Amino acid sequence: MVKDQEFLEKKASYCLGLAKKLGATESSVVVMNSISENVNFRNKKLDESNRSDDLGISITTYIGKKKSSISSSNLLDDNLNILIEKCVETTKNTPEDEFNSLPDKDLLAKEVKDLDLYDDTHIENDQKIDYLKKLESAASNDKKIVNTESSFTQNKSNFILANSEGFCAGYKTSSFTASSVTVAKDEKSMERDYEYSSKCFLKDLDDAGELGKQAADRTIRKLSPKKIGSEKIAIIFDKRIAKGILSTFASAISSSAISRGTSFLKDKVNQKIFSDKINVLDKPDILKGLGSRNFDSEGVKTDTLKLVDQGILKHYLIDTYNGKKLNLKSNGRCGGTSNLYFENGNISFKDLLNSKSKSLYITETIGHGSNIVTGDYSVGATGFLVENGEFKYPINEITIAGNFKDMFKNITLANDLEFKYSTNSPTMMIEGMVVAGK
Amino acid sequence: MKFQKNSLEQSSENLKSTLKSVKGTYNHEIPKSNKKYYENINPIEQKSLNEKIKILNEVNNYLRSKDDNIKQVTANFLGEQKSVEIIRSGGETLTDVRPLIRFNVSVMLEKNGRKETGVYGVGGRQSYDSYLKDDNWKSVCDEALRIASVNLESKPAPAGEMKVVLGPGWPAILIHEAVGHGLEGDFNRKKTSAFHNLMGQKVASEGVTIVDDGTIDNRRGSLTIDDEGTPTEKTVLIENGILKNFMQDRLNARLMKTKSTGSGRRENYRHIVLPRMRNTMMLSGNQTQDEMIKAVDKGIFAVSFGGGQVDITSGKFVFNCTEAYEIVNGKIGSPIKGATLIGDGPSILKEVSMVGNDMMMDPGIGTCGKAGQGVPVGVAQPSILINKMTVGGTKL
Repeated sequence: MVKDQEFLEKKASYCLGLAKKLGATESSVVVMNSISENVNFRNKKLDESNRSDDLGISITTYIGKKKSSISSSNLLDDNLNILIEKCVETTKNTPEDEFNSLPDKDLLAKEVKDLDLYDDTHIENDQKIDYLKKLESAASNDKKIVNTESSFTQNKSNFILANSEGFCAGYKTSSFTASSVTVAKDEKSMERDYEYSSKCFLKDLDDAGELGKQAADRTIRKLSPKKIGSEKIAIIFDKRIAKGILSTFASAISSSAISRGTSFLKDKVNQKIFSDKINVLDKPDILKGLGSRNFDSEGVKTDTLKLVDQGILKHYLIDTYNGKKLNLKSNGRCGGTSNLYFENGNISFKDLLNSKSKSLYITETIGHGSNIVTGDYSVGATGFLVENGEFKYPINEITIAGNFKDMFKNITLANDLEFKYSTNSPTMMIEGMVVAGK
Repeated sequence: MKFQKNSLEQSSENLKSTLKSVKGTYNHEIPKSNKKYYENINPIEQKSLNEKIKILNEVNNYLRSKDDNIKQVTANFLGEQKSVEIIRSGGETLTDVRPLIRFNVSVMLEKNGRKETGVYGVGGRQSYDSYLKDDNWKSVCDEALRIASVNLESKPAPAGEMKVVLGPGWPAILIHEAVGHGLEGDFNRKKTSAFHNLMGQKVASEGVTIVDDGTIDNRRGSLTIDDEGTPTEKTVLIENGILKNFMQDRLNARLMKTKSTGSGRRENYRHIVLPRMRNTMMLSGNQTQDEMIKAVDKGIFAVSFGGGQVDITSGKFVFNCTEAYEIVNGKIGSPIKGATLIGDGPSILKEVSMVGNDMMMDPGIGTCGKAGQGVPVGVAQPSILINKMTVGGTKL
């Protein structure tokens, strides 16, 4: 069982008390515990069983406008004494920064709503094994599948965030995650793909057989890929890749990038950056949501934000420090977004595929090719050639490139949004990008 | 230290119930060595916080005085001392103390509304002083500024297949991504690597020799012993084009009926050991960079890279240029914008047509990620000419 609130609170208040005694003018502390148990299968046999019990503490102390942080996994009082002494000592020697401070008291979350983020169910390893047996048997049905790996993980966490302004709150969360990775082979090629399901509640997890079959189907269809020539072509991003483009957007509007001037979206609030039909929401209070939360990592209340309204950028993602630098109030986004998503477009997946006589459907990208300073984007890609709405053949060893400033204005979204991750997008088409191949 | 006894007991309960019928024996023997590849120093205490802050301030002032277009300077020191104690089944205890430092400078320039960055860093298993004595930090700043200035003048990169000349040193992350990961024992035992059935076969052009070496003094990827207690070694992976060895930890070595190459590494005690690279190096040949540039009619010259990534199974890998130029008719032309290069691991080394005589280690900044674990690594290579790679630019 994860440590209860009382244990974590006791540790947190011990730290705050000691920091004050040693000369800190303000301080904050996070204490967390997480227990994760997983079982891995490979080629229909048990491969690994892991259990990890993680206890951690992170302390930040301020002396006026000086600040420093320290973290450890040893919560015994003797160690905490040394840590906090060291932290306060370092704070004294750190240069002042006029923007350092705890969040404004009136922005802190006043109540902790129950967002249905914790399932008390415990799944024994035997049950995990049953699930994975079923999954692997479905995944290896086709003889082209030469390797299967799958895992089932249960994670339970609890945390407390407390600061010297009197804030003290936290809550338990749980997740149940199953994944299947398959390798398929034919005379010409070997390919790998995956499917995955992660939910707060065990009973919501995808069916084992479905998940295994999905992974195998996705892999087999990639066999014997071709390389295509270099050209300008409409790109359709599978949902799991489209969400990455949304994540890049989020990092480009983070207040740290904006205040440092290292984002191509600096000074773009109230300007049009997407086409008319695009709306982006960050909604923290979705029940059972994988990114749901009551407050951010500084304790600031998080409300729903419509980040993009009909193509117009409305907000940055603001924390206390960078907010002060920009003369803006924190909107509870220290640590990033919660449940971030594009609202549905108004055409179906099928119509999107059909909308061009020829397009490229991308199922995987590799490389770190997003530059948020310039907006340049260039990544390796794998996918399929689509002609008149039909998947023709698989494609790999190509790159796709463009600049986000142009790409954002050329996005068309399908109406197939689902909440599978914490950041989600419907299937996305972007016109005008360049494919480099032969 | 008080153990979290409940947690350990719970873990062993879980294992008992999971592994009902599995039995095995444990091989206690490991090779021994007295060789150490770095000193037992604590970089964190060797340089005080105030000294570091003083240098960071000087870095900021120095750079801003050099160029009016500088809009942002970010510099940092990272120091760690890692004490490792390995208690093996049977009671044998092995220890290692590993220092590691890094110094990074990043510069952003803005000119006529255009912004570009340049990043440079140095590091290794040494004290800060060996890297930053006198005004050595200035050369790190100069290099970051130089890269940013080059990028400010860059044009859109070409798109399509062409010849690529790679500069020496850090561009060897191509070797790390394209072949290194594919030669790690676990992927080959599981037969998910594109290299798993190529042992003893020709996988690279003649003249291409690649080693993974944990034994170079003070390098970022060096280890006295790996995280299972096995002394590290210089493992020959590819010799004159022929695949010779995989990198092994104990588990995968045992299952593949071979021996550990001292490549068992873990980020820390929270993670499991996996076979990983240390300093992956392509050794020198006998051609010059000049000869390579002259041999290219249309292509690019890639001097530095950001990150790279590989798909072990299909063998496809990418890396992102952070400094590159076009080559036209045997001459280096304009700088080009950061583009991704993509290639095929098992075939790329067969496309190497010239190997330079100028092997160089990287400056000591690499971190390799695998299964959610980051470990410090090094790379090295001479200049090389690759006959055919796809450049992911925007200019058709």
